[in-house]
Amino acid sequence: MSGEFDQKIHQTLEDANLQLAIYTATGRLKERRIEVVASEALPDYQELRTQANALKKHAIENLDYYLEEFERNVTAHGGKVVYCKDATEVSDFVLSLAREKGSRLIVKSKSMTTEEVDLNERLEHHGLESVETDLGEYILQLAHEKPYHIVAPALHKTRYDVADIFEKNLHVPRETVVEKQTAIARAVLRQKFLEADIGISGANFLVADSGAVVIIENEGNARLTTTAPKIHIAVAGIEKVIPRAQDVATFLKLLARSATGQLLSVYASFLSGPRRPGEVDGPEEFYVVLVDNGRTKLLPDKAKRQSLYCIRCGACLNTCPVYRKIGGHSFPWVYSGPIGAIITPQFMGVSHEPGLPFASSLCGACGEVCPVKIDIPKVLLDLRSDVKKTETREKQNRLEKLAFKAFAWVVTHPRIYEFLGRVASSMAPSGNGGWIRSVPPPMNLAPVRAWLSQRDLPPPPSKSFREMWRRR
Amino acid sequence: MPQGSRENILHRVRTALGRSAGQPPSEAPPVRLRIPEVDMEARIASLRMRIEALAGATHRVATAEDARALVAGIVAGRPTVASNSPYLAECGIASLPGVRTGIRETDDMRTAAAAAEVGITSADYALADTGTLVMISSPAEARLVSLLPILHVAVVPRERILTGLDELFTLLPKPADQTSSMVLITGPSRTADIEQILVRGVHGPGQITVIIVG
Repeated sequence: MSGEFDQKIHQTLEDANLQLAIYTATGRLKERRIEVVASEALPDYQELRTQANALKKHAIENLDYYLEEFERNVTAHGGKVVYCKDATEVSDFVLSLAREKGSRLIVKSKSMTTEEVDLNERLEHHGLESVETDLGEYILQLAHEKPYHIVAPALHKTRYDVADIFEKNLHVPRETVVEKQTAIARAVLRQKFLEADIGISGANFLVADSGAVVIIENEGNARLTTTAPKIHIAVAGIEKVIPRAQDVATFLKLLARSATGQLLSVYASFLSGPRRPGEVDGPEEFYVVLVDNGRTKLLPDKAKRQSLYCIRCGACLNTCPVYRKIGGHSFPWVYSGPIGAIITPQFMGVSHEPGLPFASSLCGACGEVCPVKIDIPKVLLDLRSDVKKTETREKQNRLEKLAFKAFAWVVTHPRIYEFLGRVASSMAPSGNGGWIRSVPPPMNLAPVRAWLSQRDLPPPPSKSFREMWRRR
Repeated sequence: MPQGSRENILHRVRTALGRSAGQPPSEAPPVRLRIPEVDMEARIASLRMRIEALAGATHRVATAEDARALVAGIVAGRPTVASNSPYLAECGIASLPGVRTGIRETDDMRTAAAAAEVGITSADYALADTGTLVMISSPAEARLVSLLPILHVAVVPRERILTGLDELFTLLPKPADQTSSMVLITGPSRTADIEQILVRGVHGPGQITVIIVG
């Protein structure tokens, strides 16, 4: 684990207000999800998950085919598809288009893919104004922070934080009533929508047989982003492609339920190409930027490529006992929680933050709530193995290897195991009926203390199972 | 304009998956759409219940004439823009005093919709089990009418009420064949981004009123 990761975790744990905010917000989202996926509410929930998993698996296994089909259909509807391998190519494309069209102002709706490539920073570096329009994202952009959660980006901000941020950046009188804060944002951003030259959105799904981009949201900012400006650019990871428009029904039933406990999000837009002849409004130009940015690196490994099935619902974050303690900003990249713990090492390389796949209790809750059935715990284990493979030369690892060898030897030799068990239980402190949290000298060596600082041991039993078995 | 890395990316994908250029896909999982049998009265009841659960308002009127009178009362002199839907014209709603309609130019629509407090549309379909309006962009229905004004009023003849998503996608297997934009609207615009407190009307309409005719 890097010092930075460790430090951020401890900062979060020590901040009582933040702990409460994370726990309350994720708890609420978690409860709402449970209500709407219950068998009385959605009898075919498990079948929908199975179907969603099968569709994603099929799409990824035939990814090149569906990307080309998607591209053909976008082109047929008058749009243009651009493939970008990394952050530089994405920003180069947007910048050159903006230059060609003489654009100055860009409105953006929520997109994790653009967060990956730091698009706003890159565009602003070149003198463009790029404004986030999702309320949470807008607050974070003004505060110069990254999203805290995939679907609730500003969950760590209180209304008082927002009051400070708005007062300082928008030069409005301090306002702490949430409805009024929202109205302030509506008024400021409405003007931006009407003046913007380009709208940049993300995409939840790319529909191959239709050349359509599907965007799911609650606020209406994505509809405005994709309707008001003359140019719409959708930025999406290549893994977002699904075969047919009819498959969208399956995913729509799962996505909002898993994310926020809604039956459907307020707006689901199916957009294909610029506005057609006769249509009154909508953009004149339509581009889809398909981003690799590390995704193709996941494809060769049949087990780990399932990480690309993710539909970014955030359910695994809300249910994760680790995320609910350490929060979103402890994670080293834009994706947090269990899905972040499996995506980040694969996109950025395991050495980006070697501690990441280990920051999990492997309780399995993430895999159980995943609407597309990604076996997150299994992928975490594979990644732990990858991390260890890169660490072979380090001393600590040699010790660890030796310890595991010794452990394996002991547990495969029953008599020795039993003998050592008796020795250990005679030496262990009684724990006085409770849990053992520390041990007396000479056993309290630094590694033992470190181990016990995060774990409690049950007190040793008076009789071992083997003894009881013999005397039954 | 940079052309990006098309060949490079597709090549990497094919190599990783062991596929070759132009190779057809493996067999896709069958489409999963199940349409339940729900009679019209039950659909109407469900649609109203779902919309009201989201703090939307619903009304049911017997005739187009009743719909016109109801809308006149809702508009009540406020600046209003109506879509070019033939159904609104048929109901006489488009010709209500003070209602702007017949807009064909994009810039006119932006100005009118931005200034309006009320936006009146019909809907191509409504989905009973989720309380959803289906808006298909066309010369008859602009996108901004249901988006910029703070109140969205939709007047929907009952025969357009479908059971749900599966019926919609059975009727429209490829919406993109007929429109650049199909939007499903389920309730008023909302956010819970600050302290999880629900606020309606953050960017789109904060109020939605659905009038079922028949």
